[in-house]
Amino acid sequence: MVKKLFTGNKATAYGAMLARAQVVAAYPITPQTTIVERIADLVAEGKMKAKYVMVESEHSAMAASIAASNTGARAFTATSSHGLALMHEVLMWAAGARTPVVLVNVNRAMGPPWSVYADHQDAMSERDSGVIQFWAENNQEIMDSVIMAYKVAENKDVLLPAMVNQDAFFLSHTSEPVDVPDQEIVDQYLPPFETTVKLDVDDPKGFGSFIMPPQYMEFRGHMARSMDKAREVIKKADKEWEELTGRSYGGMMDMYKCEDAEFILFGAGTMMSTAKDVVDTLRKEGRKVGIARLRVFRPFPVDEIRYLADRAHAIGVLDRTFTFGYGGPLFNETNSQMYNHGKSPKTKNYIVGVGGRDVRQKHFRAIFDDLEKVAKEGYGKEGEVHWWGLLDGTTPEEEL
Amino acid sequence: MELPPRRNFEEVNDMAKLTIPEDELMRPGHMGCLGCGATQAMRFVLKAAGRKTILSIPACCWAVMPGVWPNTCLEVPELYTPFETTGASISGIKAALEVLGKDDVNVIGFAGDGGTADIGLQALSGVADRNDDVLYIMYDNEAYMNTGIQRSGSTPIGAWTTTTPVGTTQAWEKSPKKSVADIMIAHRIPYVATASAAYPEDLIRKVNKALSIKGTKFIQIFAPCPTGWKMDPGLTVKIGKEAISSRAFSLYEVEGGAIKINMKPKKTPLKEYLFKQGRFKHMPDYLINELESDLDSKWEELLFKEECSQKMLKKK
Ligand SMILES: Cc1ncc(C[n+]2csc(CCOP(=O)(O)OP(=O)(O)O)c2C)c(N)n1
Ligand SMILES: [Mg+2]
Repeated sequence: MVKKLFTGNKATAYGAMLARAQVVAAYPITPQTTIVERIADLVAEGKMKAKYVMVESEHSAMAASIAASNTGARAFTATSSHGLALMHEVLMWAAGARTPVVLVNVNRAMGPPWSVYADHQDAMSERDSGVIQFWAENNQEIMDSVIMAYKVAENKDVLLPAMVNQDAFFLSHTSEPVDVPDQEIVDQYLPPFETTVKLDVDDPKGFGSFIMPPQYMEFRGHMARSMDKAREVIKKADKEWEELTGRSYGGMMDMYKCEDAEFILFGAGTMMSTAKDVVDTLRKEGRKVGIARLRVFRPFPVDEIRYLADRAHAIGVLDRTFTFGYGGPLFNETNSQMYNHGKSPKTKNYIVGVGGRDVRQKHFRAIFDDLEKVAKEGYGKEGEVHWWGLLDGTTPEEEL
Repeated sequence: MELPPRRNFEEVNDMAKLTIPEDELMRPGHMGCLGCGATQAMRFVLKAAGRKTILSIPACCWAVMPGVWPNTCLEVPELYTPFETTGASISGIKAALEVLGKDDVNVIGFAGDGGTADIGLQALSGVADRNDDVLYIMYDNEAYMNTGIQRSGSTPIGAWTTTTPVGTTQAWEKSPKKSVADIMIAHRIPYVATASAAYPEDLIRKVNKALSIKGTKFIQIFAPCPTGWKMDPGLTVKIGKEAISSRAFSLYEVEGGAIKINMKPKKTPLKEYLFKQGRFKHMPDYLINELESDLDSKWEELLFKEECSQKMLKKK
């Protein structure tokens, strides 16, 4: 194992190389661009034995990846925001075709107005596409997740595409020390991609042909079951990785000091590192607080949410995006997992960090204070869905 | 299964010779309409390509015609792919075959005119630009037939379709047939050809030739659609031939920038071709005359290009 100083994007490229991705089809977009550049370098230097298809769009990137996967090769792609949105049709196709393509998405805001900064709308809008979603907090986790994503996606009980998410710039362009595992370790963990369901001239079959309603529903039902089965596969993959490298990401959810926590914040991405620091400070002040960080969004961590429900007085759900209907996606999912559980603490939705706005320690402190107040006194005039820090007088004065 | 022997068609210029392989890779039982030209195109393409072939088929009539799951009338592996992705899809298949060390498999995209001239043009341009070693076939029935006869970029002037419904305001197709072959020639790929299901020997020779060349190859196959063209399904071959003699469609191939016209039949009146099809029956004489003179000058242009090509080849 070698420790290297890697940006999130370089960690991504090395992750794809270590996973021995065989076909890479990708199209540049800020802030994903340096992923395609690094992979081009690795292929050009002969370090990565892959065929790099220089497609003319993200739509084609995923279409080519699906075709490569259907032909029996391990396929990789990467994109961000508008690129992911353009891929939408083909993401659904990848899932329906049961092709274990792995893609890395650098979470970025959708325009207009044009923005290249961190925001979770791109990936969360793909909630229902049938794509497994991992969420990373640091560059080490990105690299490890790319490798782990193949392990899960290619599992015979799963066979679904997987997406690894990382925050724009906070990770993509920020260097951190990353332990680069030896190739033998990765090979031990991730065997070569084998599939019997592939385009084969000696055993001709059709893939994706027209189907009638009775059978269509069966296919979708199988997909749903596979997504459900992915939960156990993910936990096992996480454990096996820990045995080999000493690193675990908590299986389905990354819990930080939640066992005895009365007030818990649940959210995704890099801002949760800051939140963990705040928890350390508040714990010293005697407050029983904890952090649940989203590790897997699809399939949704149902048991883990219910575990939190069993102990917390209140859960604050942080969304770095909005559904423009009601609440943020994590908030709505969290609430619905608790409704039939029997125990449901008060929840409040904090919309934060949209379009890359800084979410600082002082914000988490104030949010913890607010959450305690909600638990004691009920919701304030802003209700249960609160755009935190908006210049509308509902939160303490912000300096932008 | 044994591959049919690949014949050397280079030396065969006489179209009367029996050159059609016997092996049937398209079984009876397809779901196409009576007299469908696209089924003939598929049958002959597969006869030429043989069993070591992978097909990628986007949304189009051919996405449905092989049969409803789990049936298929095709004896080669088929990958169905979204409407606009044929170009990218064949690149993906080829890339995978390359890394897996399988270099003896033909990769063929088989798309309609709409999936090629319109929504799939970007991905087609992409694969041609990369010059990946694949064959792209556009079967041209001059409209979106699968969705019920809407105009495409490949629909000719004057045609009725459900989105150019004539009505009382002469709302027929107004823009000329988009020449995808010219677009592909501009990409400087190694081989571009037009062919017709009505001339299977020529079609098969072209598919074989294309598959013998490395890089991206493009063949546009004229394929009458009795349902969409409102014509007698017994006339598919006849109309296919008349399309060429009337200059509504021409057969040529382009290699290394040099164009060769494969058939120069005696000119027949355009009106005879048009009026066998209900889709043109509303066309007034002035429009037919305009279209005919336009097609005639296109033909002159083609002859001139061929002459230049011959001069160019002599210089080489
Ligand atoms: C993205 C997308 N848009 C529209 C459609 C609907 N659609 C399916 S086939 C088709 C027309 C196909 O026309 P063409 O490519 O000419 O093939 P043909 O049906 O004539 O064989 C259309 C519009 C689709 N499947 N996907
Ligand atoms: Mg058509």
